[in-house]
Amino acid sequence: MNDRLEIEVPADINRKRTAPFVPKIEVERLNFYYGPTQVLHDVSLRVPEKQVTALIGPSGCGKSTFLRTLNRMYETVPKSRAEGNIRLDGEDLLQMDVTALRRRVGMVFQRSNPFPKSIFDNVAFGPRLSGNTGKAALQDTVERSLRRAAIWDEVKDQLHNSAYALSGGQQQRLCIARALAVDPEVLLLDEPCSALDPIATAKIEELLFTLRPQCTVVIVTHNMQQAARVAEYTGFFLLGRLVEFGRTEALFKAPEKKETEDYITGRFG
Amino acid sequence: MIRRKIVNAAMFALTGLCALLAVSVLFFILGYLIYHGGKSLSWSFLTHLPRPTGETGGGMANAIVGTGELLALTCLIGVPVGFMAGVYVSEFGGKTAAAAIRYAADLLNGVPSIVVGIFAYAVLVVPMRRFSALAGAASLSVLVIPITLRATEQFLRDVPNTLREGALALGAPKWRTVLTVVIPAAMRGIITGTILAIARVAGETAPLLFTSFNNSYWSRGLDQPTSSLPVMVFTYAISPYEDLHRQAWAAGLVLLTLMLVANVAVRAILSPGSAPRT
Repeated sequence: MNDRLEIEVPADINRKRTAPFVPKIEVERLNFYYGPTQVLHDVSLRVPEKQVTALIGPSGCGKSTFLRTLNRMYETVPKSRAEGNIRLDGEDLLQMDVTALRRRVGMVFQRSNPFPKSIFDNVAFGPRLSGNTGKAALQDTVERSLRRAAIWDEVKDQLHNSAYALSGGQQQRLCIARALAVDPEVLLLDEPCSALDPIATAKIEELLFTLRPQCTVVIVTHNMQQAARVAEYTGFFLLGRLVEFGRTEALFKAPEKKETEDYITGRFG
Repeated sequence: MIRRKIVNAAMFALTGLCALLAVSVLFFILGYLIYHGGKSLSWSFLTHLPRPTGETGGGMANAIVGTGELLALTCLIGVPVGFMAGVYVSEFGGKTAAAAIRYAADLLNGVPSIVVGIFAYAVLVVPMRRFSALAGAASLSVLVIPITLRATEQFLRDVPNTLREGALALGAPKWRTVLTVVIPAAMRGIITGTILAIARVAGETAPLLFTSFNNSYWSRGLDQPTSSLPVMVFTYAISPYEDLHRQAWAAGLVLLTLMLVANVAVRAILSPGSAPRT
């Protein structure tokens, strides 16, 4: 389906789909520790397949840590440990081979982090890891990924220039293209727009809409409007606990918990 | 008020004078070398072998080649060890091991070079029963290893963690992350540090005196005594002949020129805008 995905934006871009809820990732009673400090308490959450899930909450509430359990990036921190159950398509995520897991669950970071290589080599990094080194196939994958990340037209004439020559917003979309190049089933985004201006932010939000039919997206954001714009489902974290999770409209219009209401009405946080 | 101004002016003058002194030492040495060495520096000095003692003329071609040989061997022996150890300390060693190795490297860096020379003499020259370029390069390698190690470690540490995370998040194993992302990102710095380390030991004399020793002719092999510029400077400078003194100055000039070229090259590599396309 993803052959030659042109970047023409569908007319109903701003209308969210009402797809059935099929859980892609199931988290059950997750407790997470950095050394002696417990950062997540008893978090249970189901991430729906091929939809966008937003995680909101004040700084330090554990939403980024939670995101990092879904591809086990926390393992780079010594003495961190996760207890509980996380299943990806029913498989135990915490027991999987970590490199295989990360090829299925991609991640885009808060600060864009292109490698000091050419644009082409950045995108080709993932496919090369899986041993796809054929030149024609690589070129195809790179173009397709850059198109999916809505940056192809801006970089197609400078594929072999350094990625550092791009603007901040372009670098972030390049990082998304790099993550998409291995066709991940899930894409995790950790405040991907926090360092970008409104125009670059809008481009990335548009991009999330076009990704949705192909990929499950989980996005951590500080920006509640962003969550409301892009996500079908939203979870609200506070002090390491998941306070509330539900359809975005419901959560913003009629929150069940008082903490959620206080946060989204700006009474704190 | 006035007192403060006077103290201020005095401190300004004193520190400025010391700064001037520090800089002028370089130009003084350089001028002195050019004045004394320039007179003896000629094409035949660069291309001829030394004449028998007492005759005037001759050159140091064998010492120039010998120094090149010693440094090339040092690059082959010492640089890889220092580089790999630096990668280990920065990327793979746990906190304790890294700290221990770093401390040991600093201690090794502080070992006087003449002690390194005696050591190489005892463990290489004596069992081999002769002085050799290999023994000389081994002692220079001991000096190069800690510098290369620390430079490598430092520049790898400067690579932002977000790059490592980026590669790991794509499912790259650790070794591959280090090899294809982290090391290339630090490569310019590492090369620079290595060039400076080599330039720094190029002028070492003490460890060579009793390892590679000296040779009035072309060295017949890596396991044979080999002439080098610093040792020639030493030998000629303490000889009683005026002509040899002039040649010692010339050799010093050649050595210093090599180091200055290395330093300038490093600047060129590090300057922004000359970034190699990676």
